[in-house]
Amino acid sequence: MNDLTPPTHDERVANLKGMGHSRKRVEDARFTQGKGNYVDDVKLPGMLFGDFVRSPYAHARVVSIDTAAAMAVPGVLAVLTAKDLAPLNLHWMPTLAGDKQMVLADGKVLFQGQEVAYVVATDRYAAADGVEAVVVEYSELPVVTDPFKALEPGAPVLREDLAGQTSGAHGARRHHNHIFKWEVGDEAATDQAIGEAEVVAEEMVYYHRTHPCPLETCGCVASMDKINGKLTLWGTFQAPHVVRTVASLLSGIEEHNIRVISPDIGGGFGNKVGVYPGYICSIVASIVTGKPVKWVEDRMENLMATAFARDYWMKGKISATKEGKITGLHCHVTADHGAFDACADPTKFPAGFMSICTGSYDIPVAYLGVDGVYTNKAPGGVSYRCSFRVTEAAYFIERMIEVLAIELNMDAAELRAKNFIRKDQFPYQSALGWEYDSGDYHTAWDKALKAVDYDGLRREQATRVEAFKRGETRKLLGIGLTHFTEIVGAGPIKNCDILGMGMFDSCEIRIHPTGSAIARLGTISQGQGHATTFAQILASEIGIPADSITIEEGDTDTAPYGLGTYGSRSTPVAGAAAAMAGRKIRAKAQMIAAYLLEVHDDDVEFDVDRFVVKGAPERFKTMKAIAYAAYNQAIPGVEPGLEAVSYYDPPNMTYPFGAYICVMEIDVDTGVHEIRQFYALDDCGTRINPMVIEGQVHGGLTEALAIAMGQEIAYDEIGNVKTGTLMDFFLPTAWETPHYTSDHTVTPSPHHPIGAKGVGESPNVGGVPAFSNAVHDAFRAFGLRQSHMPHDHWRIWRIAHDLGLHD
Amino acid sequence: MTKSIIKLTVNGENHEVLAEPRELLIHVLRERLNLTGPHIGCETTHCGACTVELNGKSVKSCTVFAVQANGAEITTIEGIAGPAGLHVLQQSFREHHGLQCGFCTPGMITRAWRLLKENPDPTEEDVRFGMAGNLCRCTGYQNIVKSILAAAAEINASREAAE
Ligand code: FES
Ligand code: FES
Repeated sequence: MNDLTPPTHDERVANLKGMGHSRKRVEDARFTQGKGNYVDDVKLPGMLFGDFVRSPYAHARVVSIDTAAAMAVPGVLAVLTAKDLAPLNLHWMPTLAGDKQMVLADGKVLFQGQEVAYVVATDRYAAADGVEAVVVEYSELPVVTDPFKALEPGAPVLREDLAGQTSGAHGARRHHNHIFKWEVGDEAATDQAIGEAEVVAEEMVYYHRTHPCPLETCGCVASMDKINGKLTLWGTFQAPHVVRTVASLLSGIEEHNIRVISPDIGGGFGNKVGVYPGYICSIVASIVTGKPVKWVEDRMENLMATAFARDYWMKGKISATKEGKITGLHCHVTADHGAFDACADPTKFPAGFMSICTGSYDIPVAYLGVDGVYTNKAPGGVSYRCSFRVTEAAYFIERMIEVLAIELNMDAAELRAKNFIRKDQFPYQSALGWEYDSGDYHTAWDKALKAVDYDGLRREQATRVEAFKRGETRKLLGIGLTHFTEIVGAGPIKNCDILGMGMFDSCEIRIHPTGSAIARLGTISQGQGHATTFAQILASEIGIPADSITIEEGDTDTAPYGLGTYGSRSTPVAGAAAAMAGRKIRAKAQMIAAYLLEVHDDDVEFDVDRFVVKGAPERFKTMKAIAYAAYNQAIPGVEPGLEAVSYYDPPNMTYPFGAYICVMEIDVDTGVHEIRQFYALDDCGTRINPMVIEGQVHGGLTEALAIAMGQEIAYDEIGNVKTGTLMDFFLPTAWETPHYTSDHTVTPSPHHPIGAKGVGESPNVGGVPAFSNAVHDAFRAFGLRQSHMPHDHWRIWRIAHDLGLHD
Repeated sequence: MTKSIIKLTVNGENHEVLAEPRELLIHVLRERLNLTGPHIGCETTHCGACTVELNGKSVKSCTVFAVQANGAEITTIEGIAGPAGLHVLQQSFREHHGLQCGFCTPGMITRAWRLLKENPDPTEEDVRFGMAGNLCRCTGYQNIVKSILAAAAEINASREAAE
């Protein structure tokens, strides 16, 4: 091509780096040079540091707090206790789940690590000295860490503040430690179906307590400018606008006087959705001292006190015909919420989207009941890389399917295929009330089984079992299957809100006169690469190269209101808003192009990066030329400028799905496992950036590996956290992490403007059952039905031991 | 607490800082020298986010007192790029999507930089083992390993071309 040859259609498409292109990330130049700007990098003149005195006890009365010695420590400027916050009515704060939580201990403490006093000092060492010098006298109370014991008649009363309250935010409370009972589906019909069934499998499936543990902990910098009355709050917030609204409601500062900034965030995974006492105390401390105040928790505080995930005891009953056609599903969950109900769920869903627990299967009738319970454990219950309890739901159904396969003496892959919702059944109405948008499960499943040579693996497994029985090997082979369906992209305002704010999202675009652009969204990247991928959506929609589009998020003074990034909602919701705003730009550009080309609006059509006269492609105006004209020509009936805003209220959720297969070798004498192969097929609808999708899959699978194979927040009977450091809390290294093979099918969402469904959390949702099922499957031939996660070496050794394999 | 003067050469520049004996090297680098590339993920030597190079060795600077580093030569992520631009590793991490949130990245690259000096032609296994002191919560390591192996190949190819 010489300079005079016009670029071809394909060259113009490639130049945009739009949807479907594995565009390299624009964020990386900064991050690879250490030029990220995370909250702990924020440094302001005169900045002070806050640090917490935390409770060593899981349940105790606070008899007295003596701060005199702490105030005498050089550098310590203030020590806040509940007494100081009470006049401001900030000693308690509302939670996202409609409960309330102590900001600082008000008379008693309810979990180990609870915030008792907040010390403000000139640097972090002085603050730590101050913390050491605060003297707190406690009187211990009986502790309950088991949710079943918490519901016994004589159990200790945890929440004295709720005395006499027989109903809470989600209906009736039947016991002093009961939070709510949430029910979906038809229990009578389900019981009847199960009662009449030929085959029934019953099992208790426990999904243990764990923690999102992003590499960067939570923190903030609060700066109250007393001269102009403005509060600026930098923080590790996955939902900055919601934080602004909450901060305004709590503090009484008008919302326009609060600016919340989420700078670069070092991973979130749900840990950074909620509002923590550290934020409130830092704001108060800044108002009191007139100086900026930074608070960054350390790792131990992060693991002990900020939001945990899971802790669901799921009792299941699944019924089927002799041939393996499922006839009913019953699930009852005892949900351990810790000391305060601080789950991050849409308001009307106290157990999140646990009701997606019918999974990928056509189950005619089902029932779900969830009892929320208080215990002396940290509050939370966030969606750790999942959409509101979807991972619990997927783990439950994928375990129940395996148990049913055992009961039926049937191959678990065949049982799944027999019960999948068929392609022609979409949109599919589930027994628990969801409308699945689209799917093609059989195609994905067949592709996955073929890719790993499933039949060959089963033959190898059978041979291995025989060899083991003959004493020729001490290793077993497990084949872990999963077919998951997620529900993401919360969500339609008609049923999804957080603290009353509808869960829409937003995008605002400005095209500059020379044809480049800036777009701002209501979401915030924590590593997902929004600055790269949202520009790709816009590039395809408006015909301006992605490299010429700046994406900005996370500053509430400039970005349009949005509900933030979690629950895989950025692509389904904000991505849709971007596409819709792009289409508004395009509509106006069409009018401008028609005017410039002196034809009727309908006589031009969009072609990659330009509008062309229909039937005469040599007559065109590029988006660049149109942008310029928007600012320098008086066009009759058209306002100058080229900008658009879209607030997108999704009509439905999206339902990504996938088929995962894990092949695992297990040494029965040491309990050590080795993952020989991991195959992950994801269908997230239209793919925006395959490179980024693959990266998300690798990361999510590794978090799933951690959860399934060792990671937990464990407590002893008196409420001590046994896994408070990275020494005890398992995070896999490069050494323990296997190589993954990723694959895909594409079934676009019919209701999403670009057909995308979201992928960030699928690998965690599907990965956990795949790893866990591999462990179970290895021992199936020896009679194992169910063994709770995490499957660390000791617990796997224990399985082998209990099955008599060491005799 | 009495402070003492600590002399450090960081990324080729000489510094004298006044610090308490209990002050950790990571805090001196971040708070006193404004080198915020190395991060804090645990302060207990587990995560490697704070990795810097100290006298030719990778160290976790959260577990070194600044006074112990008196007189030392230190390189942080800010000193990895040369006057000619980004180091091959930095480019390779971008090229192969070896990072997501970026929080582990400065420590990862600083560690990989030393690894490749000690073992210019590593296998995948060498890389996985040699990087096991650095945790990443986002990437699942696969693309980090790929980035490092690709950087090694590129460095070796240009060395051979020069010879
Ligand atoms: S902060 Fe130093 S190893 Fe984690
Ligand atoms: S990229 Fe986020 S921790 Fe590694």
